[in-house]
This record gives sequence, structure tokens and C-alpha cells, in this order.
Amino acid sequence: MSILINKDSRVMTQGITGKTGQFHTRMCREYANGADCFVAGVNPRKPGENFEGIPIYATVKEAKQETGANVSVIYVPPPFAASAIDEAVEAELDLVICITEGIPVRDMIRTRYKMQGSKTRLIGPNCPGIITPDEIKIGIMPGYIHKKGRIGVVSRSGTLTYEAVAQLMAQGLGQSTCIGIGGDPVNGLKHLDVLKLFNEDEETDAVLMVGEIGGADEEECAQWVKDNMQKPVVGFIAGVTAPPGKRMGHAGAIISGGKGTAQEKLAVMEACGIKVTRNPAEMGELLQSAL
Amino acid sequence: MKIHEYQAKEILRQFGVATPQGKACFSVDEAVDAAKQLGGDVWAVKAQIYAGGRGKGGGVKVARSVDEVRQYASEILGMQLITHQTGPEGQVVRRLFIEQGVNIAREFYVGMVVDRSSQRVCLMASSEGGMEIEQVAADTPEKIHKVFIDPVIGLTQQEANEVASKIGIPEQGISEAITLLQALYQSFDDTDASLAEVNPLALTSDNHVIALDAKMNFDDNALFRHPEIVALRDLDEEDPVEIEASEHDLSYIPLDGNIGCLVNGAGLAMATMDIIKLYGGSPANFLDVGGGATAEKVTEAFKLMLRNPKLEAILVNIFGGIMKCDVIAEGVVMAAREVQLKVPLVVRLEGTNVQLGKQILADSGLTIISAENMADAAQKVVNATKGS
Repeated sequence: MSILINKDSRVMTQGITGKTGQFHTRMCREYANGADCFVAGVNPRKPGENFEGIPIYATVKEAKQETGANVSVIYVPPPFAASAIDEAVEAELDLVICITEGIPVRDMIRTRYKMQGSKTRLIGPNCPGIITPDEIKIGIMPGYIHKKGRIGVVSRSGTLTYEAVAQLMAQGLGQSTCIGIGGDPVNGLKHLDVLKLFNEDEETDAVLMVGEIGGADEEECAQWVKDNMQKPVVGFIAGVTAPPGKRMGHAGAIISGGKGTAQEKLAVMEACGIKVTRNPAEMGELLQSAL
Repeated sequence: MKIHEYQAKEILRQFGVATPQGKACFSVDEAVDAAKQLGGDVWAVKAQIYAGGRGKGGGVKVARSVDEVRQYASEILGMQLITHQTGPEGQVVRRLFIEQGVNIAREFYVGMVVDRSSQRVCLMASSEGGMEIEQVAADTPEKIHKVFIDPVIGLTQQEANEVASKIGIPEQGISEAITLLQALYQSFDDTDASLAEVNPLALTSDNHVIALDAKMNFDDNALFRHPEIVALRDLDEEDPVEIEASEHDLSYIPLDGNIGCLVNGAGLAMATMDIIKLYGGSPANFLDVGGGATAEKVTEAFKLMLRNPKLEAILVNIFGGIMKCDVIAEGVVMAAREVQLKVPLVVRLEGTNVQLGKQILADSGLTIISAENMADAAQKVVNATKGS
């Protein structure tokens, strides 16, 4: 099963003609069933053209109608990315993955407001994307480091997720689905939403949850895990050494007013029965020990 | 991005927030002239630095004559103002704000931030003016009233009315309070602010409601559409190393330790700092070279780290995805040669083209300590600083 995406997903790329969109559409297409999965591109100025055989449509709605695409991945530049999400939501796609980094918060507040009551799910923005190993990859992560298996991975960052996956692989553990939910303060799916999906997924046995300083998503998720999760969850939080009031690369990674510290998150997670490590080199071993 | 109090007040006034009359000054003479022009017999002489806590640090004085304005202005201008937000070294005061005095009957707090869990702008208001909101939240959370603002409708008159009444603004001041709160939200929204704080908000003895202090921060991601805000940037208030880093599109934050780290990706960069600490070392910086680092960018990153006189070793931790390890390795070798690196360098490469990358390091003839994984890397770099 996996969560959110599988080999039957049909994907369109919004921003397919830009350098980033082109490069990653190509990489995703070369991965596993990508050639069947990536069916459309969107660019209002280039309808009727194609990118290496992938037809380009003027709108998301048209791309959906013509190709049956139910998922979109967005590489549109920051000033226009929120509108691109809006368009995908209005076209009632199942899932939208926004890779773009640097979208103004005000734009995301409005976009999330419009998404209230919508069935469309959003991953990101400012995220590496999602992969169901050996089936489909939608995003910018290196596909080859993953292998199909039964561990779910959810994280707010990119390369730290790859690090986590590599450590799982060193333990011989493959992954059901790996999701990077992104480093922005206002975003789509949270740790909690993803944990709920992993809990329901028959092909996931345990979950590695990687968080970082800022906000209280990990704490909210931990409370839910305590009461509802039927599978082992282990975690790591980056930023124990981060100074307060400084934005650590990600727009959302900031300790403000003494809130959102790694220590606080780790403490709540432990209190909720989640095994945590303070050593980022031990994420794989920790997960193994929880099985 | 941050701005000064006087700049924030200028913006707020444009949206209809009432403030005392004031003038920004760069010299003592200007300050004296400003006081004379403003008129009256009481003035506030206020240090303009980005950090909060200016009053407690001696950066805000009330003058009751023009002579006192001169005296306080000469004391404050050029002083090394130390507050709980500046760190022990303090911040030099280069600008003053001279403001007309106000007869204060009561003080309140109002502020706006983006609330992550509701994904809306949150208005916070409290009867405890002049106090830090974090402190009020910790001691007497029941005194903070919140409104989560609908992004389409904005802050309604009814919401503003309710919150103003709850914090204890009397009937005579309510109408002005509503205007001020709605104007505050409008300015927050229109300028892509990330924080707008009026602390204290004052009720004057004749029942006017005005912003006595003001603070605004802005969303860096939205500056592209606000040249008028960018123009207010005061580089004197920012760390020169951070300014230079941002010019090279590097995310760099100096810390207290002695082990420099160069990493790709913010999460992994934080985790690298954490593991250095865990193995008994102390990170000298946060440095994310991003997803598209070139050899030139890596060289700039090395130069930034080497500015730090405390630096005793460098750890490079790269998980290559799109960014290939061989490209990074070439960058590291080039940088180490160009800066004639004297401190121990530990490099951990993983991911795309890792073998190629390691080969490049090995063939370089440079003394580079290669590490197999994060734990190994942390151990080796900590040992290097301890002389073993």
C-alpha cells in the first residue's frame, strides 16, 4: 500500500519548463515506474508543447482532464508558487507537493485558508518531496539511497532525511514511504497527519520521525501518538545547540520567546512513549531497537 | 528583517496608528534642535538599536528641559548599550529618537505574530503594558487575550472592540483603540510583517490611545515585493559576517565554539552542531551551503569560518543528493589551498559519487582527515581540537 503515492499515481509538474522543474522531472521519470507516472506538465505560456515527450497544458484543470493526473509537483518560483498551489487545489487534485523554497508567509496563510474543507492534501512547501521506494519518487531526493521496506520516515528537512534513510539502510531496513514535510512555518501536512496515515498503512511497521526546533508540531504529534499509535515510533530533533531567536536556515526553524526548543520537544516525545536519541548518528540503530 | 523603532512608527502612522510626535537624530545638536522643534516641556530621548530592553539598559531617558535633552543625548549617543538581547558585548548607539513626552494614565500590550498552529495572524493583547509578553505568558497566561485573524475579512471592528474591552481600555478610549488595532493589522498584512508589537500601548490622561513604543520585523521571503522596507535596512545593526554570508547566498550564524562546520542542508547542519556538542566539542557556527554549492561557494564558506579567531578545526559534513560529492570535494581542495588552511580539517562525504569524492580528497596531497559517518566525523574533529 504505502501512503499517499504509489505506482498508480499520475503526476503533473507545475513549472516543468524551468531549469529545476526540467531536471527533477527527468530524474523522477527515470526512477522505478516514473516513465508511466509522470504524464503532464503545466505552463500557461506553452500549451501544446512538450517536455521530452511529456505534454504541456495551459492549466492544471486541463492537464487533469486530459491525462487523469491526480497529483501535482510544483517547482514554480516563490512569487508565484502559492497561486500554483491554489490552482491545483481548485482542480481538486488528491495531492500537491510544493518543492519551492522562499514563499512569503502571507501567501501561504491565504492559500491554507482557501484549502479549508478541501480534499486536496499539501506536502511542503520548502520540502524535498515524497518517495515510495522502488515504485515512485516525486521530489528532489536521490532515489538510489532508498529501498522498498516497512519503515515510514517523516521529517522537516532534506539532507537530514537522506541521512536517516542511509542509517536505516545500514541496518538493512527498507522504507514504505519517506516524506519531507518542509521547513516553513505555515505548511501542509504536519508530523501528526503523516503519523495518522502510517498508523493506518498495512505496509508500515514502524516510523522514524525527525523534527527540528521551532513551533510545536512535534509535541502535538507526540500527544496523539501516546493515545492512538499502534506502531513503534522513534525520533530525533535537530537543534539542541541552536541559539534562541536565530533562524537556522529553514524559515520555520527558530526558537522564539523560549518556545520550540529541541530539549522541550524531546522531553514531550519521551513522556509520550516515543523512544528518542540525542545522537543524530544513532537514528537507524534506535529504530532497529524498537522493532 | 528588522528595523528601528522610529521607522516602525513611521510605517504605522501611514496606516493610521497614533504615535507621539518624534524625530530621528544622528547627533547631539540634531537632538537638541528636534526637541525645540517638537516643542513642549518633556521629551523622551531614546536609543535606536534593534535589540529590545533599551530602557533597562539605560538607553531611554525622560528629559524635562532642553539642557537635559542635550545631556542625555550626549550620554546615550555612542554608548555601548547592553540589554538582555544584545549579548554581553552590547551594541553601539548611532541613532537617537527624540519624542514628545506623553501623560500616561495606563499602559497595555498589543502585538501580532504568525501563529503556526492556526496558520493565521494572531493578535495578542494584555493589560500588562511594558512587560515582556513571554513573561506574562509564563506567569499570568489568563491576562493574554488572543484573536486569530481571518485573512480574508481582516480584524473586524467587533473583534477589536472585544479585545480592547477585555484588557481594560475604558469606554472613552475604545473608539481610538479599535482604529489603532485595525490599522496595526492592516500595516502587518500590507507590509508582509512577521512581528508587529506596540509595547506599551498608552492610554493618555485625556483618554487618547497611542503607540508609545513600536517594533516591526518582516518576512525575508517577501522582501522582493517591498523595496520600501529593504531601503530601511541598517547594516550597522547586523553582524558583518552574516551580511557577507547572505551576499554569497550562504546561511551562516556564528556561535561561541571552536569547531567550524560546513554542511549542506539546514537540518543536517543543526544535527552536525548537535553531534559535535554530544562528543564533547563546541560548534563555532551554523553554516548551510545549500543545495547548489559550487567550488567558489565552498571557498567563500571556508573564508567566513576562518574569520573566527577561536576556530581550531573544521568539519565538513555533506550528504550528496543532487549536489555531487566529487564537486564538493573539488571545492574543499580548492578552498583549502586558496586559504592555506592551517587548522585540522575533517571531511565526511556520503551519497552521490562518494567514492569519486573521497578519491579527490586522498589524491590532493592535503592533510585531510577522512571520516566514515557522522559519529566518526564528530569524534575525529573533537579529538583534533584536543591535540590528540
